[in-house]
Amino acid sequence: MVKLLRRWLLTSIPLVLLVSVLTFVLAALVPGDAARAILGFNATEETYQNLRSTMGLDDPLPVRFWDWFTAALRGDLGTSITNGDTVSHQIAVRIGPTIALTVGAIVIATVVGVGLGLLSSWRGGWLGKVVDVVSLLAMAVPAYWFGLLLVWVLAIALPIFPATGYVSPGDDFVMWFQGLVLPWLTLGITASAPIAKQTRDGVLTELNKDYVTVLRSRGVPERTIVFKHVLRNAATPVVSILGLMFIGLLSGTVLVEALFVIPGVGGWAVEATQAHDIPAIQGIAVLLTLLVVAVNLVIEVLYGLLNPKVRT
Amino acid sequence: MTSQATGLIPDPTAGSLDPDNTTVAVGAVGAGDSGEPAAPARDSQQRRRGFVRRFVRKPVAMTAFCWLVIVVLGCVFAPLLAPYGPEDQDLMAALSTPSAAHPLGAGELGLDVLSRLLYGGRITLLGVLISCTVFAVLGVLAGMIAGFRGGWVDRLVMWLANLAFALPAVIILLVVLAIFPNNETAAMVALGILGAPGLARIVRSVTLGLREELYVKAARLSGLGTGTILRRHLLPRLAGPIIVQVSLFGAAAVGLETGLGFLGLGVTTATWGTLAAEANSRLADQPWLLVPTGFVIITFILALGLLGDGIRDTLAERYSLQPSKKRRRRRSAPADGAAVRPDAHRQRKARPAAAASAAADSTADAAGRATDVDGAPDPLLQVDGLTVAFPNQDGCELTVVQDVSFSVGAGEAVGIVGESGCGKTVTASAILGLLRGGGRITAGSVRLDDTELTTADAATMRSVRGGRIGWISQDPIASLDPSFTAGHHLVEAIRVHRGGSKAVARQRARELLELVRIPDPERMLRSYPHQLSGGMAQRVGIACALACDPQLVIADEPTTALDVTVQADILQLLRTLQASGTAVILVTHDWGVLADLCQRAVVMYAGEVIEQAPLQELIDRPAHPYTRGLLRSNPHQAVRGEPLPTVRGTVPAPSHWPAGCHFADRCELATSVCRAEPVTLHRVSAERSSRCLRIDQLLPRPDVEQVAGHAR
Repeated sequence: MVKLLRRWLLTSIPLVLLVSVLTFVLAALVPGDAARAILGFNATEETYQNLRSTMGLDDPLPVRFWDWFTAALRGDLGTSITNGDTVSHQIAVRIGPTIALTVGAIVIATVVGVGLGLLSSWRGGWLGKVVDVVSLLAMAVPAYWFGLLLVWVLAIALPIFPATGYVSPGDDFVMWFQGLVLPWLTLGITASAPIAKQTRDGVLTELNKDYVTVLRSRGVPERTIVFKHVLRNAATPVVSILGLMFIGLLSGTVLVEALFVIPGVGGWAVEATQAHDIPAIQGIAVLLTLLVVAVNLVIEVLYGLLNPKVRT
Repeated sequence: MTSQATGLIPDPTAGSLDPDNTTVAVGAVGAGDSGEPAAPARDSQQRRRGFVRRFVRKPVAMTAFCWLVIVVLGCVFAPLLAPYGPEDQDLMAALSTPSAAHPLGAGELGLDVLSRLLYGGRITLLGVLISCTVFAVLGVLAGMIAGFRGGWVDRLVMWLANLAFALPAVIILLVVLAIFPNNETAAMVALGILGAPGLARIVRSVTLGLREELYVKAARLSGLGTGTILRRHLLPRLAGPIIVQVSLFGAAAVGLETGLGFLGLGVTTATWGTLAAEANSRLADQPWLLVPTGFVIITFILALGLLGDGIRDTLAERYSLQPSKKRRRRRSAPADGAAVRPDAHRQRKARPAAAASAAADSTADAAGRATDVDGAPDPLLQVDGLTVAFPNQDGCELTVVQDVSFSVGAGEAVGIVGESGCGKTVTASAILGLLRGGGRITAGSVRLDDTELTTADAATMRSVRGGRIGWISQDPIASLDPSFTAGHHLVEAIRVHRGGSKAVARQRARELLELVRIPDPERMLRSYPHQLSGGMAQRVGIACALACDPQLVIADEPTTALDVTVQADILQLLRTLQASGTAVILVTHDWGVLADLCQRAVVMYAGEVIEQAPLQELIDRPAHPYTRGLLRSNPHQAVRGEPLPTVRGTVPAPSHWPAGCHFADRCELATSVCRAEPVTLHRVSAERSSRCLRIDQLLPRPDVEQVAGHAR
């Protein structure tokens, strides 16, 4: 377990630093700086220079990075150029919907993926082929297009769910849930394909192992063998790809939040990009990296719990 | 988008390649005396031609390839092919479905969808091309240098690769686009950079393997510069995996590029992504707009993915050296002959033979089934004419065990002995119906007391397995589920048949562990398989097999995987077990083990029982030349200073069994009669039987009573 944590730290700290430095240096390379972006090109040279020095833009790059980084460590990610609010506050407001979206999508992806993978490998035959084709398609269909398809079928042709409109769960829980069904399905189903494939491969590999034959030789029922023994062992690699899935899902939230107009971090990232709002996008990048790091920790722990070789 | 992002994860299998032709490579070194070796180049050319031939035969991959070519050409020649310009408005046709004027319909302002797909593809595909180029160049360079140099360069590249996997790609692209607004080139270059460490990792592992190969070492010794070696020797071998990775990455890049276009962050003119965005904004008015754009994007991504898979499969075929037209199904090989091409003669024979032996079941084939002592009480287990077949690559069934008959009395220990690949383990597993890899019993019967096991339903089989027959497997560690403790295994084995509370079962488990002489049962109950030695694991396996006091225990080479000292302990354990009245079937190839434990031996060769006899008689006077050969080659009886006698040749694979006596080709006594037709098992004495026609040469004694029915 200690080894796992050390490995986690060895990638996490550099990852956060790398993203911070990268976004910061890229931003510094920009032609036309933040001061110009705020003031526009009509401001006088004097106002511009004043703002530059108050914003600390005249300092050398490492100093500016240090200032920004230490401020970020205290939770101060700067001020958004577009709406004047602090980046931290905006993120705090918007992280809720994003987390709700991601968690729901992960649950759907896992349930659908593991279910399909298990069915196709255990029962095999035509179902296996169907799962193969579905996984192949799910790999190729972009999430935004699948989302559009869902909107057309379940919101326009058959108006069951709302196409857009996010309601806070505090205001109206049912509406909140209904509004998230299509985004969840969009993200979850497109993400389920790799999980299904991994589960299928894992279960097929495990079913071929000696211990399965030996369990059968003891008269253990097939159901117990598959659900208790095989699934448990096949879960280990599935858990390790869940981490990568989560990174993919974070990317997916950007599109899905924009598509379904959900006021989350991903949708804001798109707005910030369009508006050239560099403090905001920097803050979002760092935050999402931290989220990845946190999820990786959870995955490492889960992995350890599933695998007695690591645990004991 | 998720799927695209995961597309960035390179498949590790693509990197695990078998170096294919070291021999050719060594030849190349010889040719390299006169300057630079020319042979590898020629060889790789030939290889490439073979590759193309095999690739063309894959319909799916070829279709994918053709579709990619069509789309790319369509976009390149858009100005010639498109019916309209990308900005030509036709307001009357705005948001219309397909018509003669607009074959794929028209969007906002009556802009023609087909034309805009063709023109838009130019931007999308250019972006994808840029990022694929960056991906390939960076990834290959970094990977080759890391693999070739090793040391800190290597560690740095691997570390970067790990980091890159943890980056949310889209967010980084958004950062780039926030800084360079609507600059598609910058975004696609960034995407290539983000993906490159993944490719580098694969290139590195291939390079690392190649670096150690003879011809590369030789080229180095002959003074070629690193650059030349990398270019001439490594790149050709890396080409396959690189193409696979680039096509998979390309698929991800198409998804991301169109995604950015969809968000309005890419180029503002028509691209596949902006067309999708238009379909979004007009979804309620004209859902048709979803179709053409989606079709092109999805089929293009799909085709890239399928192309990558096709190339990978073609490469894998080369490395597995399989001339097969069909893709091989991965199945565990039933015997050692799985890789051999089935021989048509054998295929035709398999079914009639099985049918015949099934028929023989009812008709009293007195000579053939002479197994046990006349008038003796019914045996505990009676195997009669057991025939087992496995599916082979072509889906036909291949018989691997044929007409096996023997019996085991209550409390008796019987050994099944023979070389590897003779069907011993298959026979033992067939008794419990535990055949793997799609094998099935095609004829014969297995009776346990009054229960017929070959036709029993699942519930009966479950109660027999573990309840009346226990099983001890070859590899003790692998036969325990790594996720559960020894205690869990025991408790499960007990409760499956006896039910009861966990506490009661745990108490019984403790007793069982004491029975198999495990020093600290309490600790053992809590131990996981990876914490156990082979000997300890086998004791746990035996304890599990004994959990419900079975009448019979089948032990499949129980000591093969163990140290010699531990072997003796395990055998001692089995001996006490037998002494307490449990019958034992011991599968082994070790005469020592057999002699230690068994009263009777069944000798198997190439899927058949060729002799069975009480152990001492068998050892003193073998009634089959194969038994004689096996006994002579027993290292325990070797004469010091003389080479150990062996049975020359090898066991034929099931697909190559001869028509007559299976052993004829290795037998010094064989005559043309032996090869003419199948030889049946015939009784030699009251307790013995043999499948040899020349038995008079082996047992020149009057006690050879040849019962009627055996072939002349």
